[in-house]
Amino acid sequence: MREMIIGELTQALHELARGFAHYLPRLIVMLILAFVGWVIAYVVKVVLRSILGLIKFDKLSENAGASQLLNKAALPPATEMASRFVFWVTWLGFVLLGVSVLGILGLQEQIARFFLFLPRLFVAMFIMFFGLLAASFFSRAALLAAVNASVPSPRVLSMAVRSIIIVFVLSIVFEELGLAEETMLVAFGIAFGALMLGLAIAFGIGGRDLARRFLERKFVREKKEENEDELSPL
Amino acid sequence: MDDGTFLTDDFLRQLINVGEVDILVGLPTHNNAKTIGSIVHAIQSGILHAFPRERAVIINADGGSRDGTPELVTGISIDDARPASNLNALRTLHSISTKYASSPEGGVALRTILAAAELLRAKACVVMSPDSTGIDSERLSTLLRPIYRDGFDLVTPIYRRHKFEGLLMTNLLYPMIRALYGVRIRESYTPEFAFSGRLGSQFLGQNGWSDGTGGTGVELRFTLAAITGGYRICQSFVGEKEHVERRAADLVPTLRQTVGVLFSALEADFPVWSSITGSQPVPTSGSDQEVLLEPMRVNRKRLREMFSTGVAELESVFQSILSPSTLAELQRIARLGEEDFQYSAELWVRTVYEFAASYQKSVINRDHIVQALAPLFRGRVCTFLNENRNASAHDVENNIEALCLEFERLKPDLLRMWKSRE
Repeated sequence: MREMIIGELTQALHELARGFAHYLPRLIVMLILAFVGWVIAYVVKVVLRSILGLIKFDKLSENAGASQLLNKAALPPATEMASRFVFWVTWLGFVLLGVSVLGILGLQEQIARFFLFLPRLFVAMFIMFFGLLAASFFSRAALLAAVNASVPSPRVLSMAVRSIIIVFVLSIVFEELGLAEETMLVAFGIAFGALMLGLAIAFGIGGRDLARRFLERKFVREKKEENEDELSPL
Repeated sequence: MDDGTFLTDDFLRQLINVGEVDILVGLPTHNNAKTIGSIVHAIQSGILHAFPRERAVIINADGGSRDGTPELVTGISIDDARPASNLNALRTLHSISTKYASSPEGGVALRTILAAAELLRAKACVVMSPDSTGIDSERLSTLLRPIYRDGFDLVTPIYRRHKFEGLLMTNLLYPMIRALYGVRIRESYTPEFAFSGRLGSQFLGQNGWSDGTGGTGVELRFTLAAITGGYRICQSFVGEKEHVERRAADLVPTLRQTVGVLFSALEADFPVWSSITGSQPVPTSGSDQEVLLEPMRVNRKRLREMFSTGVAELESVFQSILSPSTLAELQRIARLGEEDFQYSAELWVRTVYEFAASYQKSVINRDHIVQALAPLFRGRVCTFLNENRNASAHDVENNIEALCLEFERLKPDLLRMWKSRE
């Protein structure tokens, strides 16, 4: 009985040792891949940081309004964020590659899905960044035009333009990422419809007095202007 | 040298028929049938009186008129001008019209005139405004004579006008160009000016016509090209300037054509203006400046309101353009009452210089920078009107001179901002 137990234990230890010996080279390969990945990710991060510095990416993201968002969330500047993100994605890619070498069943498929997801993630980030840039540009353009045309509440108009563009961009981003596509579609439809309905109600009912005052002021001013000389700037 | 390929075959054929000329009169038009007849008569009389022996041509560059303007230009015979003037031209005066586009574009019109001048080897050229109603035959010779007889390369006009007209010119363009380029040209952006054939050819070859930058505010580009090219410039008093009706909404396009062009030119001209200190007067024939003082009804309250609203609403935009101290000062004066409101010359100069430096660094979209200047300019106009409400012509001139000196005094600040990386 005793010999039998010792025999089983010895066999188990042998199998464990054989299994470990079988996995050891793969583990070493994984560690090497993780280390090499870290080095490559670090180099990529440094190079990217320099390139983004050269093209004044921080200024671009400031114009896009992304810097303000990062500041509010107590996050580092856009250049640092982008380079850190690329570092982690690159390193994680290598680590997962190493894990796939271990040949653990079930993980392989998840890792393959992760690598397939990466291009979509980059495209989504690209759309998000340029969407924010466009939102910032057009909202500023609307603000300037409204101020110079003496339109009442120019900031509200500017914010409305920004919000519409951001909502639109977010819906594209989520669609690109494949996250809750149907929910996002419905949410976008509801949000956009609500916004338009809100604007219609605001202008049609809520802003009735404002519109009347605006029109009155406009006509009264024009009457006044008949008696005023218009200055020529040139 | 421009190859003239943008000119139509028909126009080229007509130019070849004319041959070489001594004097070319350029007339850019767009639906000017009401005024063009009297202008062409004035041009013809001017040529008969002052240049009867010279070979001359009128080139009408039309931007798609629908009221028969080109036909009027080419249909008026010089014989119509003879009985009144009792003079005979010894040469034929040709009138050629070409339609350069279906909508008016100042840059293309001037380019057409310059190309025609080069092909016809014109010695002296003059561009006349098509909507002036009160011009006489003297105006043409006043502008052309310094080029043709005295060897100048550019003649800009000086007008008799109301003390409150042309405030963008007196409060920004004139003092800033004077301070930066060192040349005291009163009217750097004008629809009427004369130039030599060599200056025309040089500008035709160098201006960025095809890259989309050469069209807007081309008259100002022309003046700046003459300054930076070291050409001989003078001014001639030509009489009253026509009052052009403008709406408040016209200010932004005007700023684009003038201030935007000036800011943009500063970048390319940096080696020239960075080394200039002080300013020199340019030779002037006729009166230096004539100012009309009749009372004028201007809504100063509305100007101040537009300034205050602009400062409040555009704070986020100004944060990108202006220094914190300048912005704080603007916000302070925006809160002042009507009686206390004053946008001082120093603050105005600092504002303009910071705008110019921000434009160079493209801190935000450049067109947005120019647009953002509009409410601030209205504030400055309001102060100018307050300061000069009861001022004599002499006082107004002194105030403009003081502003010019302020622009010159603070020029080192602009240079410092220009050279700084941030």
